[in-house]
Amino acid sequence: MKLKLLIVAILIITGCKHEKKRVADNHDMTKHEVNDKMNSSDVVLEVYNYNGFEKFLNKKDDKIYVINFWATWCAPCVKELPYFEKLNSQYRDKNVEVILVSLDFPHLYESKLKPFIKKRKLKSKVIALDDVDMNSWIPKVNKDWSGSIPATIIYKNDSKKFFEKSFTYEGLEAEVKHFLN
Amino acid sequence: MKKTVRIILVAFIALFVSAFAMHEKNTIKDGYKIGDVAEDFSLKNIDGKMVSLSDYKDAKGFIVIFTCNTCPYAVMYEDRIMALNEKYASKGYPVIAIMPNNTDAKPGDNMEAMKTRAKSKGFTFPYLIDKEQKVYPKYGATKTPHVFLLQKADGGNVVKYIGAIDDNYKDASAVKTKYVEHAVDALLAGKEVKQTETKAIGCAIKA
Repeated sequence: MKLKLLIVAILIITGCKHEKKRVADNHDMTKHEVNDKMNSSDVVLEVYNYNGFEKFLNKKDDKIYVINFWATWCAPCVKELPYFEKLNSQYRDKNVEVILVSLDFPHLYESKLKPFIKKRKLKSKVIALDDVDMNSWIPKVNKDWSGSIPATIIYKNDSKKFFEKSFTYEGLEAEVKHFLN
Repeated sequence: MKKTVRIILVAFIALFVSAFAMHEKNTIKDGYKIGDVAEDFSLKNIDGKMVSLSDYKDAKGFIVIFTCNTCPYAVMYEDRIMALNEKYASKGYPVIAIMPNNTDAKPGDNMEAMKTRAKSKGFTFPYLIDKEQKVYPKYGATKTPHVFLLQKADGGNVVKYIGAIDDNYKDASAVKTKYVEHAVDALLAGKEVKQTETKAIGCAIKA
């Protein structure tokens, strides 16, 4: 009997491991390169330095804000963008707003970022943060942030959560639901 | 029968440990802090030879930089990394560059690509590959580029600075504070490093 239990336990554990591996592999497969040149002059992009941007982290209007730091050159960021888009469309009427903060290089706004926004038909608000003195503002966003992206902040009034990691849609939704309840 | 149980038990423990190890690999928050002694390593260089910190008998320390070919930030800093080595290798602080990414996921960072990049740029420092991806988690490197300045002491190589190269990735000529240079200069002068940690945006290391 004990033996059977052990075998079952081992099967479960190996099963879990395989599952984890598969998820990881899927994650690695996605890479999007967007080089398409197209007319994106109608994409309006708000560009902020950190002082200008800070207000997006400190709103106190009972709304849940999901602030995602990303860039078109960051493959894991691009991979999770659809989840943020989905969240935005499904939770917009539940008082949730997604803001995508691009850390793309300013000289590539026209040739990379704007065409990307247009091609992906991004519905969430996209703003650009351009402030070279990163050591001064990264700790202000969150003291634990090492500076790698993707990184995400979810907040409502004074309650905040910071994530320096990639999300699945389910994981993202679960975190937002904590703030809804 | 007893033997079977024992074998299964051993297998069970091994699985448990490996699952735990995998978990460890995914969380790299617990890297070196300022003042910690960094473990030595043996990693393959682009010339095919293995390189360890202990090979450098005359060094006073090391500017260890986790960097790669494929990250635009790392590329923007290549010339400045070369300049650091030119300035400080002769003073006892050579640059040791380590490429930490999983090359299955990022083929642009594989050994062949590293060789090509080093040759076209004329790297004068070792460009090592962390093929097993066991060194960068020990350091707690999370992104490229990510600098760890080490000072040789009796007990080993002590971490003296962690972070960015300087405060302007975009324009080397507009830099206000050269974090790494200030830190190395302080060590060379026998002083304490004033700014021991800085933050910068970088490309997440691909596990």
